[in-house]
Amino acid sequence: MKTSDRTERRSEGLAADVWRRFRRHPGAVAGLLVLSLLMLVIILAGFSPYDPEKSDILSRLQPPSWKHPMGTDPLGRDLLTRVLYGGRISMLVGLMVVAITLVIGVPIGAAAGYFGGWVDNVLMRITDAALTLPSLLVLILLSAILHEVEIPFFERNSPMTIALVIGLLSWMTTARLVRASFLTIRERDFITAARSVGAGNLRIMTRHILPNAIGPIIVESTLEMGYAIMQESGLSFLGFGIQPPTPSWGNLLGNAQEHLSKHPWLAIFPGLMIFVVIISVNYIGDGLRDAFDPFKVLKQVGEV
Amino acid sequence: MLFLLSIVLFALVNIAPGGPLAGYGRSRRMKPEKREMLMRQFGLDKSLPVQYVVWLIGNDWMSVDADGDGIADSHGTRRGILRGDFGFSFRTRRPVLDEIMDRLPNTVYLMGVTFAIVFVFAIPIGIISAVKQYSLFDIAVSTFSFAGQAIPEFWFGLILILIFYARLDNPLTGESLLPSGGMYTLEASFSLWDRIKHLILPVTTGALGWIAWYSRFLRSSMLDVIHQAYIVTARAKGLRERVVLGRHALKNALIPLVTMVAVDLPYLFAGAVFIEMIFSWPGMGRLYYQAALQRDYPMLMATLIISAGIMIFSNLLADIIYAFLDPRIHYD
Repeated sequence: MKTSDRTERRSEGLAADVWRRFRRHPGAVAGLLVLSLLMLVIILAGFSPYDPEKSDILSRLQPPSWKHPMGTDPLGRDLLTRVLYGGRISMLVGLMVVAITLVIGVPIGAAAGYFGGWVDNVLMRITDAALTLPSLLVLILLSAILHEVEIPFFERNSPMTIALVIGLLSWMTTARLVRASFLTIRERDFITAARSVGAGNLRIMTRHILPNAIGPIIVESTLEMGYAIMQESGLSFLGFGIQPPTPSWGNLLGNAQEHLSKHPWLAIFPGLMIFVVIISVNYIGDGLRDAFDPFKVLKQVGEV
Repeated sequence: MLFLLSIVLFALVNIAPGGPLAGYGRSRRMKPEKREMLMRQFGLDKSLPVQYVVWLIGNDWMSVDADGDGIADSHGTRRGILRGDFGFSFRTRRPVLDEIMDRLPNTVYLMGVTFAIVFVFAIPIGIISAVKQYSLFDIAVSTFSFAGQAIPEFWFGLILILIFYARLDNPLTGESLLPSGGMYTLEASFSLWDRIKHLILPVTTGALGWIAWYSRFLRSSMLDVIHQAYIVTARAKGLRERVVLGRHALKNALIPLVTMVAVDLPYLFAGAVFIEMIFSWPGMGRLYYQAALQRDYPMLMATLIISAGIMIFSNLLADIIYAFLDPRIHYD
């Protein structure tokens, strides 16, 4: 019985295997559900009867009601609509930052781990140096600068620019992680086998090592998306990120400060959204980590 | 390393257009001649490499144009950061170091109290949830820890103000239960209770995420240790559970935690930016925020370099502590 079970499982692919273990993590499943639902609503935000940026003086600062589920802001705009549009920006920035960290981090980590020697030395010193930058302070500085400078292709105040700034300051963890995976996998027998049949370095790296290192990269990318959303909100909160009238969760929250005591809904809802997204992403990351690393789960329950 | 970083940071700060004089020209339009005069006085008419060298080692070896009339006719007075001179703030025209010394103690005070609170809570929580793994307490803590790490501190702070300042009143006096910002009541004379009242909200805001993170961290390092053979040995010798956990397990479980703390130190100070902004706390975070808004180059550079220094120092500290606490580790 047990043997047949095992052979059957082996025929499944990695994705199916991971998904099967992922489903056993209630927090992760809940997180995935909440996040998918939120994504859907955010995508459908265009169906809102209200305009996110057009003011309506007659309905200023109304508390939450059926007509305006999250109330309205000082210019009479529907907060729910603005929060949903803000969500588009947050998600966009999150995804773009992940893409940027992968584009920078994976090649650097791969080269360092695979070639070793001076390549490793140089690349890791660069990574260390980048890690030494006080990231929040540099982030504030960079976004302050980018507000005034015109770089072709990167408009000021666009999610792209913010994502670039955050991405440039957060690829280091990915690079280190990829390096560590490449260092260990490089020594395995199947790599020697691949080399013996004449596979080149690039082929070995992309076809043989990378697929085996994919687990930690996916986990790290998930968590990175959470950090990125948090950082974008923080920057916009301080007034260095996305600028009004374009809504983002951070600047909605920042502008709510002065209305805090009389119109608290302005502060409660945007922050709640950040909180819900980050906690979902973190649970998903946790679930993926367990799913990619079954050994760890076994260790936790004391079976090994 | 710090030297290379300083070049990068200097370039970053200085490529910003608008320039440091943007802050001056904001209220009334400045005459171009006046502007040029100021540029010369601040030494901003020089090329960037020259500016960097002046910033680094000072300008008392060259003649400068102190009165801004276009002729370099007097000796420079700046001594450069290598000799402890961080220059003058463009914004307030006071020495940068004086400004920082005004603010730094406030940040250290806030963060010191925060960290003390973090440990008071995180260590017992971490130990109990490791010892009673999968108990109701452990599950509750684990949920709290996920929530605590996901909550943005700039939102949590606002919610606390909303509850304890805007909504709840002191039943005796009818005033707000807790103040919304500042370090102490301005008019009042010194009172310990007043200080504490002003600390409660910022410290809670700052501590929550760290308590969540460290209790989780300690839990897992405690779990690693508890399953080690020497803990079984200690139990087998008939030692009391308290001694086994306290003397044998906890000591070893704390090693990674202490190291982690050293690594995290700079992030703690970075978090101060949000807390100080929300609670109008006169510390380094707000100072940096203002400097970034107004392009106060010397101030920005000084803060960045000091933070990078702290960052490198705390990493070094982590290595040293680690080697000190764990005799198995040797560095060549």
